[in-house]
Amino acid sequence: MDLNSIVALLAVAIVAGTPLLFAAVGEVMAERSGILNLGVEGMMLVGAVTGFIVTVTTENHWLGILAAAAGGAVLAAIHAFICITLKGNQVVSGLALTIFGTGTASFLGKNYVGLPLTNRFNPIDIPVLGDIPVLGPILFRHDAMVYLSIVLALALWYIMFRTSWGLSIRAVGENPAAADAVGISVSRVRYLAVIVGGMMAGLGGAYLSLAYAPTWQESITAGRGWIAVALVIFALWNPLRAILGSYLFGGVEALTFRIQTAGFQISPFFLSMLPYLFTILVLVIVTIRLRQEAGVPAALGFPYDREER
Amino acid sequence: MKWRKLGVLLLVLAFAATMVVGCGGSQDTSAPDQTEKEFKVGFIYIGAPGDAGWTYAHDEGRKYLEQQIPGVKTVTLENVPEGADAERSIEQLVQEGCQVVVANSFGYGDPMLEVAKRYPDVTFLHCSGLQTAENVSTYFGRMYQPRYLSGMVAGAMTKNGKIGYAAAYPIPEVIRGINAFTLGVKAVNPDATVKVVWSNTWVDPTLEKQAAQSLIDAGCDVLAQHADTPAVQQAAEDAGIYSIGYNSDMRKFAPNANLTSPVWNWGPYYVRVIQSVIDGTWKSEAYWGGMADGIVDLAPISDKVPTEIVDQVQAKKQEIIQGEWDVFFGPIKAQDGTVKVPEGQALTDEEMLSMDWFVYGVEGTIE
Repeated sequence: MDLNSIVALLAVAIVAGTPLLFAAVGEVMAERSGILNLGVEGMMLVGAVTGFIVTVTTENHWLGILAAAAGGAVLAAIHAFICITLKGNQVVSGLALTIFGTGTASFLGKNYVGLPLTNRFNPIDIPVLGDIPVLGPILFRHDAMVYLSIVLALALWYIMFRTSWGLSIRAVGENPAAADAVGISVSRVRYLAVIVGGMMAGLGGAYLSLAYAPTWQESITAGRGWIAVALVIFALWNPLRAILGSYLFGGVEALTFRIQTAGFQISPFFLSMLPYLFTILVLVIVTIRLRQEAGVPAALGFPYDREER
Repeated sequence: MKWRKLGVLLLVLAFAATMVVGCGGSQDTSAPDQTEKEFKVGFIYIGAPGDAGWTYAHDEGRKYLEQQIPGVKTVTLENVPEGADAERSIEQLVQEGCQVVVANSFGYGDPMLEVAKRYPDVTFLHCSGLQTAENVSTYFGRMYQPRYLSGMVAGAMTKNGKIGYAAAYPIPEVIRGINAFTLGVKAVNPDATVKVVWSNTWVDPTLEKQAAQSLIDAGCDVLAQHADTPAVQQAAEDAGIYSIGYNSDMRKFAPNANLTSPVWNWGPYYVRVIQSVIDGTWKSEAYWGGMADGIVDLAPISDKVPTEIVDQVQAKKQEIIQGEWDVFFGPIKAQDGTVKVPEGQALTDEEMLSMDWFVYGVEGTIE
């Protein structure tokens, strides 16, 4: 592999990692507040389809991503209602959300499958920065949503770790009873975190249908929602590490094709297994590391009931 | 507590409602004004007609059938999973009164044979299948013929002699297409090579785009595809290079890049077969039609292609249609340069249907 192909690989890694980044950072937010949402795949699909439909009808892709965020938020709100208000089982609700979201997206998108998109997020060649050798093509020739994902990841990191809101979110995820005792509304914070998480997942889906592919097909996410869930653990519930993790996973996805074009004699079936093999490997390593390092919110997965102490 | 119960109830209702709506939505047609004369044909689709690809082409055929034989009424079931679910769907169509049931994917074979046993008076048509029965026909097209012609176009239009081919799965159908395409390329441009990457998916636009991107980064300046979405076309359009489509005329997805597409044209076949069922002359067959029957064809060639190339392609097309020549006539060399099909010989249908080797000029592996 020469320098050019490495540069091309890294540039593609960022693009392929962007839908994962949106979704993973959103899930970090939800899980930090103590709510596990396994419905990421469903929320991404609904985001992808609502974004696509709105963009096709209004011919405005910015309205499209707003709609995608709204679509993801609606689904997340269902999950929040079940898990926070009804104190239901978060795993079951999340899985149901994935199935529900997949079906809803197929249903909504029935008449939009394969339509060409006139307005989409095109790569922008940023003047000056884009001309820097090596770094330019890797970092500064992407579409607006790539930069949006980085900005949002940084913003959510800042909110979670540098503001009193973030302290509330983390407190609610660690010890909801204590947070409640100091006057934080546990359910309000959790609702907010889960819904923001849904918006991010919706944006991740819209990245596929409005920038990357860009088209609508059933199950366009093809399991990326699940990789995003795994990424949250990989990132130890930290948005900054999620940036790194997303690009790493994007890189593995891109690599499966680059190995083929480079002429290595490796079975393509083995190669398409790589991202998932990598996911399992990462989970094993991280789980071993977790014994020493804190990260997982203590109250993750447990509904909070004031009367049950 | 009351609220909680009410909430659960509402949710259950909401889910139930979407299920009902969802199922209802998958049935395409139509007003139940059934008259005695009506002849009902049911279609089982692996995808949805909007995919611009495989199912779209079949649905165009269905529409053509309705147009050509006025008494025929069609019913479709979309996105039917292969396997046990398919059996139920096929049976459902029969019970709705379909006299012919058409299924457009390989995996519907066994369920269809099962249902066919129970309904000997109904005719069944299985696309790309291997096994026929008294009342079950299989049908497919010699897509390799227009693929060869599209290869000629690609070979003429490449500047650096590097052509990329984003392929789905390493199965005989796809391998046959790659080989035919490569032979077409070599016929007009002996130095050019065809680089193959496998995406291991029929319908995943993002992975297909990745595959295309990797070929572009490897220096390819013309891309071809064997998968069901136009993602490869879009990647070529973005990169400012040329591309060859598949399934249906893909010009609208890449007006500048797309040069032509090998396309399916199921309509005439459906009309012919359904008419013979209506007339009572139908017999079970394993049909593998070529360009002469019009079941496969080459979409109009872009005006970016020089006329002498277009003329060459048209001449070759006539040879194929007249039956004077076919793609896998020798001499053909295998990937390693050894002679696989000597001069004066040709591959049999059986050899073509089980093809598991690349011709000379393909860069890639079958594992």
